[in-house]
Amino acid sequence: MRREGSPFRGLSTVFVKELSDHVSSIRMLVLELLIVSTALAALYEAISSLRQNTAEDPFLLLRLFTIDQAPLPSFVAILGFLIPLMAIGLGFDAVNSEHNRRTMSRILAQPIYRDALLMGKFLAALATIGISLTALWLLVIGLGLIFLGVPPGGEEIARSAVFLIVAIFYAGVWLSLAMLLSTVFRSAATAALVALGIWLFLTVLWPMLAPALAQAIAPADPRYALLGLNDPATAVWTQELLRLSPNDLFGEAMLAVLSPTTRALGPVFLDQLRGAVMGAPLPFGESIMIAWPQTVGLVAGTIILFAFSYVLFQRQEVRA
Amino acid sequence: MSEQQTEANGAPRDLVISARGLARRYGKSIAVDSIDFGIARGEVFGLLGPNGAGKTTTILMMLGLTEISSGEVSVLGFDPAREPLKVKQRVGYLPDAVGFYDQLTATENLAYTAKLMGLARAERAARIEAALARVGLAEVAEKRVGTFSRGMRQRLGLAEIIMKRAEIAILDEPTSGLDPQATQEFLGLIRELKAEGVTVLLSSHMLDQVQRVCDRVALFRGGRIVLMGTVPELAVRVLGAGFVVEVEAEGPGIARRLAMIPGVTQVETLAADRFRMTAERDVRPDAARAVVAGDGALRRLSVDEPSLETIYARYFQTQPTGDVRHAA
Repeated sequence: MRREGSPFRGLSTVFVKELSDHVSSIRMLVLELLIVSTALAALYEAISSLRQNTAEDPFLLLRLFTIDQAPLPSFVAILGFLIPLMAIGLGFDAVNSEHNRRTMSRILAQPIYRDALLMGKFLAALATIGISLTALWLLVIGLGLIFLGVPPGGEEIARSAVFLIVAIFYAGVWLSLAMLLSTVFRSAATAALVALGIWLFLTVLWPMLAPALAQAIAPADPRYALLGLNDPATAVWTQELLRLSPNDLFGEAMLAVLSPTTRALGPVFLDQLRGAVMGAPLPFGESIMIAWPQTVGLVAGTIILFAFSYVLFQRQEVRA
Repeated sequence: MSEQQTEANGAPRDLVISARGLARRYGKSIAVDSIDFGIARGEVFGLLGPNGAGKTTTILMMLGLTEISSGEVSVLGFDPAREPLKVKQRVGYLPDAVGFYDQLTATENLAYTAKLMGLARAERAARIEAALARVGLAEVAEKRVGTFSRGMRQRLGLAEIIMKRAEIAILDEPTSGLDPQATQEFLGLIRELKAEGVTVLLSSHMLDQVQRVCDRVALFRGGRIVLMGTVPELAVRVLGAGFVVEVEAEGPGIARRLAMIPGVTQVETLAADRFRMTAERDVRPDAARAVVAGDGALRRLSVDEPSLETIYARYFQTQPTGDVRHAA
């Protein structure tokens, strides 16, 4: 049975309305303040440490993103931690709030399909995050120009632009997850708590649990231990398990793109490095190739989670 | 009454909604069980029945907002399951306890739905203004809906339907939770809609209100339509007669005399001097004659239009299986 009309009718209307809601909401203001202030603190530390050795580094701008000066983590690490919070904050009540405000049946009685409502909400939240991240990105480049006084090269700009795009997809994964939960749970508070629980589990607990699990699945060969080496099987398992978390995928992709000397993300045998000029930066294209699987993983995660919420939402009863 | 006649003659009426064997099942439980009805253009049709009798589910099926398990329904000639956009373009829906975006003003709320309807920018502003004026919300057009009372929200919901220029207005429990003043105003607005030729479908359990505005009613029970027709028709079917005449008179053997009037089916003695007669027609002249002829002193003679309340109560009384809540 084929339905008439376009599923995207009304999409732009929903998009514009949701975007203006997000941009003017207090919630968004608080999230932005949180991210900007922590990111600025990290940047300040990075700048003060970079001013010592300005002349030596060909990728000075990228260092701004990746240098960590104790006790603060690097700018990228902070974003990896806070972007999910922002995405959850924008998505956890996307669907259930329409039910709870009793606006759902009134809106769906207008000549649009449900597709437009869900898609419009998703795209609006993603655009909101995209706008904030772009602003933050421009802020970093601007501060770099002012305080370091070295104009960034074309490749640096390209690499940091890739950072921006991957960060938006990373936000997309969390946004899809939050919207899925907002479709499943009628109570916004439950959806928010579950989303935050998953976020804490994946960012804080999973990095500790993954090595333990890997140890259980592929116990280290004592011969490696005698030589003071890690068992490659265990190391590979650890990494594969870690990659189930979008945080890890984001971190790896950022490592490859923002640190041009990164040659591989997994364990590497010495003979694979034969002939490599250690410490020499890879060309832009090669770095992208290294980050490609992680990026695709994030995009796929976004799409799969969104598809789940789409199916659930289509089958949901309109009535509260 | 002309409507009934054409129906009786079998002449085709201009049906805007017609349902045949319409049913909705959730797993094993049946929400709507194979109902048939037709609603003519310009009619005010009432859906009555206790909560959970299937009224809202029927409405949602007509709008294509919930799946139809079996049977079919046609709204303005379209199939809501296949062509929901065409149906929703022409039908206005005011849900039970309608909600708005509290942080937006009345105008902004309507502007959002107007855009979803696909109205052009220039037309939008004019229609919104006119609709708000019609329902008496022009003065609070720029106020946030968060400050609105229940009655104002209901009227705003009706303004949305007016703005849409809907051919059919479906109102689900529009007056529940309103104070008497707000209810009166709202019923007045519904009559105005009818005067403009809009077909109104009204679901409610406020029986006297339904009776005041509806041309025909359908009584729902357990997912089925158990009674359908105009109020006098239902009265004849359920109460056995259309007229209830109360007589207050003193004199010997009045009850017996009243019972002998042709057309009277029942005489109840309420007090020594008060009697209630049920009749097929207006028997007041005959009753007066009977009392006077028996040397009685006639003090009062009144006729009750059969009330929907009585019909409803009587109908459910006579049906023994009763988990029915009288929701009014």
